[in-house]
Amino acid sequence: MIREQLNGKRIAVTGSTGFLGTALVERLLRTIPECELILLVRPGRRGAQARVDRDILRNDAFDRIRSELLKDPTSAGALEGESFAGMCERRIHPIAGDVGTDGLGLDDAGRAMLATADIAIHSAATVSFDSALDDAVEVNLLGPGRVAAGLRLAAEERAEPTMGGLQPGECAHLVAVSTCYVAGSRRGKAPEQLVNESPFFVDVDWRAEVNNSHQARRDAEQASRTPERLTALREEAVRALGAAGTPAIAERTEQLRQKWVGQQMTDSGRSRASSLGFPDAYAFTKALGERSLVETKGDVPVSIVRPSIIESALAEPNPGWIRGFRMAEPVIAAYARGLLKEFPGVPEGVIDVIPCDLVVATIIAVAARGPKLDDAGVAQPDVTQIASGSANPLMYGDMVDHVRSWFTEHPVYDDKNQPISVPNWSFPGRGRVARQLDRAQKGLNAAERVLDALPLRGKQAEFGAGLEEKKDQLERANGYVELYGAYTECEALYQLDNMYELWHSLDADDQRDFCMDPKAVHWKTYVHDIHLPSMVKQARLKMTPGTRQVNDRTDRLRKQVLSKDRQLAVFDLENTLIASNVVASYSWLATRHLDTADRLKFTAKTLREAPRLLQLDRADRSDFLRYFYRRFEDAPIERLDADAMEMMSDLLMTKSFPAAIRRVREHRAMGHRTLLITGALRLVVDPLKPLFDDIVAADMSSSNGTYDGHLTAVPPTGEARYQVLADYAELHGLDLREAVAYADSSSDLPMLEAVGFPVAVNAETKLASIARRRGWLIEHWSKSPGAPNRVLPIGPRTVRSPIRNRRAV
Amino acid sequence: MASDPRRTAPRPGLVLDVDRSTPPILFHHGEGFRLEKLPADRSRIIYPAEPLPGLPDPDESIRQALLNPIEDDPLPSLLTPGMKLTIAFDDLSLPLPSMRKPDIRQRIIEQVLDMAAAAGVDDIHLIAALALHRRMTEDELRHCLGDRVYDAFAPQGAIYNHDAEDPDGMVELGLTRHDEQVTMNARAAESDLLIYVNLNIVSMDGGWKSTATGLSGYSGIRHHHNVATMLESKSFMDRHKSELHHSNWRQGEVIKNHGPRIFQIETTINNNTFGYDGPMSVLQKREWEWNAKDRATFITMKKGLDMMPTTAKRAIFNGWKAPYELTSVQAGDVEAVHDVTLEHCFKQHLVPVEGQTDVLTFGLPYICPYNVNSVMNPILVMCLGLGYFFNMYRGKPLVREGGVLIMSHPTPWEFHPVHHPSYIDFFEQVLSDTTDPLELEAKYEKQFAEDEWYIHLYRNSYAYHGVHPFYMWYWGASALQHLGRVIIVGGDKRAVRRLGFQPASTMQDALEMASDVVGPAPSITHLHNPPILMADVT
Repeated sequence: MIREQLNGKRIAVTGSTGFLGTALVERLLRTIPECELILLVRPGRRGAQARVDRDILRNDAFDRIRSELLKDPTSAGALEGESFAGMCERRIHPIAGDVGTDGLGLDDAGRAMLATADIAIHSAATVSFDSALDDAVEVNLLGPGRVAAGLRLAAEERAEPTMGGLQPGECAHLVAVSTCYVAGSRRGKAPEQLVNESPFFVDVDWRAEVNNSHQARRDAEQASRTPERLTALREEAVRALGAAGTPAIAERTEQLRQKWVGQQMTDSGRSRASSLGFPDAYAFTKALGERSLVETKGDVPVSIVRPSIIESALAEPNPGWIRGFRMAEPVIAAYARGLLKEFPGVPEGVIDVIPCDLVVATIIAVAARGPKLDDAGVAQPDVTQIASGSANPLMYGDMVDHVRSWFTEHPVYDDKNQPISVPNWSFPGRGRVARQLDRAQKGLNAAERVLDALPLRGKQAEFGAGLEEKKDQLERANGYVELYGAYTECEALYQLDNMYELWHSLDADDQRDFCMDPKAVHWKTYVHDIHLPSMVKQARLKMTPGTRQVNDRTDRLRKQVLSKDRQLAVFDLENTLIASNVVASYSWLATRHLDTADRLKFTAKTLREAPRLLQLDRADRSDFLRYFYRRFEDAPIERLDADAMEMMSDLLMTKSFPAAIRRVREHRAMGHRTLLITGALRLVVDPLKPLFDDIVAADMSSSNGTYDGHLTAVPPTGEARYQVLADYAELHGLDLREAVAYADSSSDLPMLEAVGFPVAVNAETKLASIARRRGWLIEHWSKSPGAPNRVLPIGPRTVRSPIRNRRAV
Repeated sequence: MASDPRRTAPRPGLVLDVDRSTPPILFHHGEGFRLEKLPADRSRIIYPAEPLPGLPDPDESIRQALLNPIEDDPLPSLLTPGMKLTIAFDDLSLPLPSMRKPDIRQRIIEQVLDMAAAAGVDDIHLIAALALHRRMTEDELRHCLGDRVYDAFAPQGAIYNHDAEDPDGMVELGLTRHDEQVTMNARAAESDLLIYVNLNIVSMDGGWKSTATGLSGYSGIRHHHNVATMLESKSFMDRHKSELHHSNWRQGEVIKNHGPRIFQIETTINNNTFGYDGPMSVLQKREWEWNAKDRATFITMKKGLDMMPTTAKRAIFNGWKAPYELTSVQAGDVEAVHDVTLEHCFKQHLVPVEGQTDVLTFGLPYICPYNVNSVMNPILVMCLGLGYFFNMYRGKPLVREGGVLIMSHPTPWEFHPVHHPSYIDFFEQVLSDTTDPLELEAKYEKQFAEDEWYIHLYRNSYAYHGVHPFYMWYWGASALQHLGRVIIVGGDKRAVRRLGFQPASTMQDALEMASDVVGPAPSITHLHNPPILMADVT
């Protein structure tokens, strides 16, 4: 019956790139062999056709059609000798558009195509529970009305009847997908009625809400630009990146500002929603969306389908099929990883989950049935709910039991290959969980602040980065509690009278092919055999011990870095190649010609100054260098150069990282150009010349055989280092995307970000966490074990050398 | 003191059969010691001879040697005004440990310089003949030559280290009858007279090896520092059975014909490594003769060292200067002088031993020729054990073919970053690929030898040449071929395995492991070295 109704019709679908939309497209394509589809998609950069090909048809949902075609070349509506792609080309008509803009953003061709639709299914929505209020308003609230308006216009513009026989001027049937949660947070029965028919609905003017959401955006943008806010954001950026240079800080500040505005919009959405009795902005805007649709639909016959929480498929196209990482999955994954020690909820409460294929079947059945006509034969908007809570409830406590027993049998493994045992939830109230998480987060924040203030590197810094990761995880867990807690505590029971009326009107074939009866789900089987096995695959959880993923990754990255295709390898000096710094080399050179008493004095003075120098260094590298290098004023060039050669042995090589030097040489052996960019003085690094093709260092001007302590150019640090690298690459015709950069500090971020293969070496805390998050290669290089350990960088005196007792540099 | 019978009537070396009453035996163990009880009735210990008496007036003996050379004219007669004179001397790899001041080289060179000054020679260069070893520091040069010599010549740049990679500083002297290249330091080669001052601590040193190797570079040295040559040298401590020396001698022929006139000075020292008194003296006494004081000293020293961090221990041992005494000095013709030297050398070192053993044991001390003031890295452990100690024989190796060598050394995974940069890479890259001498020679030697960075560090820093770690490995090639298994007791397990050896935590374990190879109840021989001894195996 359904097949007969829909065969020979053209069905327009919005939201086809989403989870539900993809399932819908697949199901229609496969089970209604003679229907055609119009897919309204946002064209993106590649255009509508490409989006359909890449984002819909490549999904594994279509594997089933592909394999059926192999067995039976004329199944799933394919013509004799037609390939899958050929069939899709014939039956699918992509049009570029956007339900978030008035007029659906259609061009003439798009409107003309839409005019050929017999039925429209609107499943586009912003389902994210933490989307910004105005985004949710545009798509969820205004979207359905826009589609209806589009269909009215299409009917007027239609010149000839459609495939399915709609006459010019006759509007296509619109099936709008909404959500059960439009009923709001409430207890007890929630019948299939229009939102405003509910006695609990606080009827607000949806037009005013639209205006207010725009106003909220303007206000948030305004507030984000106050001097206090901008200063605070900039400080946050500096805290995150350190001395990364102005452009990098500016970029990060702007990112943070946008994030802040987004957060404000999310907050306004959530607070407005809860003020009206909705769990979140999604349910709230969906409710008003239904309201606006019914109010503005005009002649368009409308049916509304309301699913509850849609989860992986029971059977169609394949058991467990799911697209994306959805609502429950991140929570379950976090639980399986042992991160969520507690989650709020009422154990005997109902968690209303519905497999996506049941929802798809309902939508198709509603579309096949056509608009609901009243006694006068006039189409009246009707509601069909598809949920499990009333017919076949899944208790929250049972679900947690199912999940726990499954993960106890199939544990996730941690990075040390130990199975993670899942925690036992005691179902505390939402407030208590939130408080617990909040406390943990505060503790971590404090720990992080302390770590940040310490000059840590390498493995210790990695510890800091680990802490940050924990913090992120906690933050996410906190987010889940905030977002989804309302759902686990929702005790509404969605009634299915209309759904069952429709179900019972179907013949046996339809009931077999388009199962929508929630009673068909056996929850334990569903959780154990269908949902979780598919979910852990989607989430890429580590379900087997043994594979050394971390090392494999590092090895793979190392191979990439040392591939023949690379062209350039650029190195920082301090803490990347050697464990030393400009202050050490200065004091080595300065003390070399002092007698013992003076050496002591010098050492005491330098130690006294050290904290101030460090502070200056942290604030701005190039200012520090400029200030510091003045000390070389009047230093004799010839003697310094000779001393620098000695210093290479006594300081640079002694404190060098042999693995780093080996890496430079490996790059050269591969035929890569090697470049050292350092803020150190040229005379200090000149002895390293044979190691590199080129060295860019700080040059000091000189006159009459002595240095004058002034730099001839901006020292290559921070973003200047990036500029040096870019200029160098251009001069030598090298591609930065094929370059490898090694550095230790967040001040090198501009340089690291500019190259295709950044490597964090002995990274300090900030860079360590950045590198970890971005999946960069991280190397821990250390001094040679057995290297002489010198506490103070003091030059061995040229004891009785003929040029002794001269003034120190 | 002079009446001490150890000084006036030193006892020769000894082979002791271990019985139940034999006390635990001293094993050197890096910067520490172990006492090990060896199985009774099947073990024997070879003790070195006690130090021979030193020459009563070393300066006078040196003067006599210079004035009455062997098969040559007295030195003063060779010195003429306006001549170009070069004095080459052994670097700090000799002796081990460094000797107390004044160093023999200083004593000799001072006298040579006095004679040169008297003859009106003023174009004099002093060159540390270090071949591919690291450059000596100012302090080390001062230690060898004395402040007087150093301050007089260094400011003009007349004292310096040999630089085998100086493109303008080396000359080719020709080819040997085996087509081996002969290269030499240019200044030495172009001198009217080249005086070479040797410190012959073992029988390998001296002869034509001094000039043919010490003043040469990679292109000359590679002809005898290679696996094939080392496999033909049994042992390389026995000049007449040593292909290493035959090759050097062939190069010597070329030097004799095409090089400078050479006046060779060789010296031998006695076995007085640790002194007759003081805390270290116990190390050159035989264990069953330790008195209460010796025992107390040893226990205190051992406990103290065990508690100290490695760097502190290293500083203490590197600070030890041996009170060696000169036992002979001879000058003149290279070969004639060397024959006399060998006699003196053997007189101190040779200990007659009957028959080979299944298991050879020895403890490796903290020092070898290549880590003076440095770190004894795992490659040097291999070289000292399988190169030097294993080859301390004449006739047959102490251990039978297929036998087991058990050495004791902490073998830390440590390297001196300035002195041994190419060792680090050799250990990380080469040994992780192969430990087979022939394979690594073919696959990696050239690359390391010609590496620009290593050459830079050899010339300008204080690094051994890039190829040097290969030579260390070749030095042990013959032992690697000969032995059935090598076990290191008390070593860093990762480092020991990287060397291709087996780690054992106790001597008992090591002996158990050895029996897998040589069968149960094997015969055991312990080489009680240092002080130095050489087994004359019949």
